[in-house]
Amino acid sequence: MAQATARKPRPKYLSLPAILFEIRLPLAGWVSILHRVSGTLLFLATVWLLFMLDRSLASESDFAFVQHYLSLLPVKLALLVLVWAYCHHFCAGIRFLFLDLHKGIDRASSRLTGIAVLAASLALTAFFGARLW
Amino acid sequence: MVKRVVVGAHYGLRDWLAQRITAVVMAAYSVIIVAVLMGGRRIGFGVWRDFFAQGWMRVATLLFAVSVAWHMWVGVRDILMDYVKPTGVRLSAEVLVLLVIAGYLGWTVQILWR
Repeated sequence: MAQATARKPRPKYLSLPAILFEIRLPLAGWVSILHRVSGTLLFLATVWLLFMLDRSLASESDFAFVQHYLSLLPVKLALLVLVWAYCHHFCAGIRFLFLDLHKGIDRASSRLTGIAVLAASLALTAFFGARLW
Repeated sequence: MVKRVVVGAHYGLRDWLAQRITAVVMAAYSVIIVAVLMGGRRIGFGVWRDFFAQGWMRVATLLFAVSVAWHMWVGVRDILMDYVKPTGVRLSAEVLVLLVIAGYLGWTVQILWR
């Protein structure tokens, strides 16, 4: 009987390959970790966004500089990443607020709203990205 | 008995609630701003400056910035608490984050009321 339940080796260390290939996050886990990633990105990038807001409101020529700056491809791409981060953080945050209210807490609807969050944030990013270009 | 740690969080409802209230404030501001800016007007410097010079806009943006600052603090601290274990390193990182956030907030006020 003692042999019937095979003991798993403990402790199990999380190697990088294990994190990358072995452990498969459920969809809600992806929404959650991306909420963290997007939040961290926004925290770090605020200095850059404030810089652009500051310049754009400083004077006519500074405003023109920001307009030109925003037309550069790397700048546009970086801003697009932040737009996605904002949209994802926004949508996933609303989902978390509903989870706090015990709405959509069961497995099926949690998966459904998780897909909706990922899709909606990508759609919003595409929409604002199109306006940016 | 909760074991209280100097680099831990408040052991109660406050931060949890603050994170949610600031989220709602930021969401409302975001929707309003997007709605106003997508109004179809071509935005040149004059329109842009006048938009941010309005009293309600300055106050709304300040409320947004305070919400962002508070929300960032709770969020980044939670991340540090999960991944940074040594007390000294975590404390240093938290102080750095606080200084950065205070800087963001001060800069925002300076941009709004210049």
